[in-house]
Amino acid sequence: MKNRIPVVLLACGSFNPITNMHLRLFEVARDHLHQTGMYQVIEGIISPVNDSYGKKDLVASHHRVAMAQLALQTSDWIRVDPWESEQAQWIETVKVLRHHRSQLLKSSAQTEDPDPSKTPSASAALPELKLLCGADILKTFQTPNLWKEEHIQEIVEKFGLVCVSRSGHDPKGYILDSPILRQFQHNIHLAREPIQNEISATKIRKALGQGQSVKYLLPDAVITYIRDHGLYNNGSSWKGKGKIS
Amino acid sequence: MYQVIEGIISPVNDSYGKKDLVASHHRVAMAQLALQTSDWIRVDPWESEQAQWIETVKVLRHHRSQLLKSSAQTEDPDPSKTPSASAALPELKLLCGADILKTFQTPNLWKEEHIQEIVEKFGLVCVSRSGHDPKGYILDSPILRQFQHNIHLAREPIQNEISATKIRKALGQGQSVKYLLPDAVITYIRDHGLYNNGSSWKGKGKIS
Repeated sequence: MKNRIPVVLLACGSFNPITNMHLRLFEVARDHLHQTGMYQVIEGIISPVNDSYGKKDLVASHHRVAMAQLALQTSDWIRVDPWESEQAQWIETVKVLRHHRSQLLKSSAQTEDPDPSKTPSASAALPELKLLCGADILKTFQTPNLWKEEHIQEIVEKFGLVCVSRSGHDPKGYILDSPILRQFQHNIHLAREPIQNEISATKIRKALGQGQSVKYLLPDAVITYIRDHGLYNNGSSWKGKGKIS
Repeated sequence: MYQVIEGIISPVNDSYGKKDLVASHHRVAMAQLALQTSDWIRVDPWESEQAQWIETVKVLRHHRSQLLKSSAQTEDPDPSKTPSASAALPELKLLCGADILKTFQTPNLWKEEHIQEIVEKFGLVCVSRSGHDPKGYILDSPILRQFQHNIHLAREPIQNEISATKIRKALGQGQSVKYLLPDAVITYIRDHGLYNNGSSWKGKGKIS
């Protein structure tokens, strides 16, 4: 039986706050890679962006990391890694990928599994680290001066992309429009989210700012955290879950 | 104008005969699990326990009489205890997606007198979905137009198209539905082998 290539999925982003849609990206990507028959996804990593990225309404990274941890309590394969957020300043995505790959190298060197039959479907090969993103990120590769050309190439050539489609985006088109992406399209996996789910963190923040319920759009533990720490409420007092103040 | 004091989920009777409908005791159990974290919504199995399918207006009538009975029983001596809800009888309203408003137009699906009773005696709260124009459906119908003051149109600000049909399909194909349903419901589905088209459960993403 041919061994599957072990894969680790890394998602970068604001996670401001983390939503069920972010979490779905991982599930959809894993199903997609497994269905190719070629991969075994062994881990997922959420890497919240550094505070100095300067995005509007970005709450402090220790909050965003804590919320992701709460959201991932019920996941047995995805974890949050605060390394990127703890750096002195914002670092480019390709450097985050390089860091996590060297971490994978170190831990692979340390763990020697004497019993090869224990992991029958994942080979003893080094895990491949792939960048997980929505198809809208593919589109941003076209934005002038947003990404360095050599970084785009390193990402698709040395790592690989797993893009989960979102409505209104044409990932195949973005690939064909770009020489670099076309050249390494074998390393770009397009996964379809079968269940349309447009829970944007921007809309979540807006709803929270207006005192509207976001229950069932984020994990309960994250909603509780947001309330306990007074996040995303535009400074107004917390109205409570639907109670009239 | 309103204080919502309770929400009730009423799963349909098995004899409704919809394709792929699993036994009502399962659907009631799954709703109970999903509602564990809600402090105001509950599931009521009365409709599903009747001998056969009953029309929506009769379910409304039943629950209103239940509300009448419990209001008669609870006498609150201290009116200041519930400052925001009056001692008035609660109004029972039918909550639905805007697509249901559209089905009122389907010939022979609803009885005219039932539509009237629902919008006149009870009231509707419709939550909008993409692709539907609830205001248009109201204006197109004389009965709905007449009682439009009793039809409340709520906008779902966050587009969220999680259809149960797609969920069943994903489950049938062994795909993950985590983060689309409450975990407790997913566990229940797996433990009882529901929606898997008879194939063995593959587990959460593990290769079979």
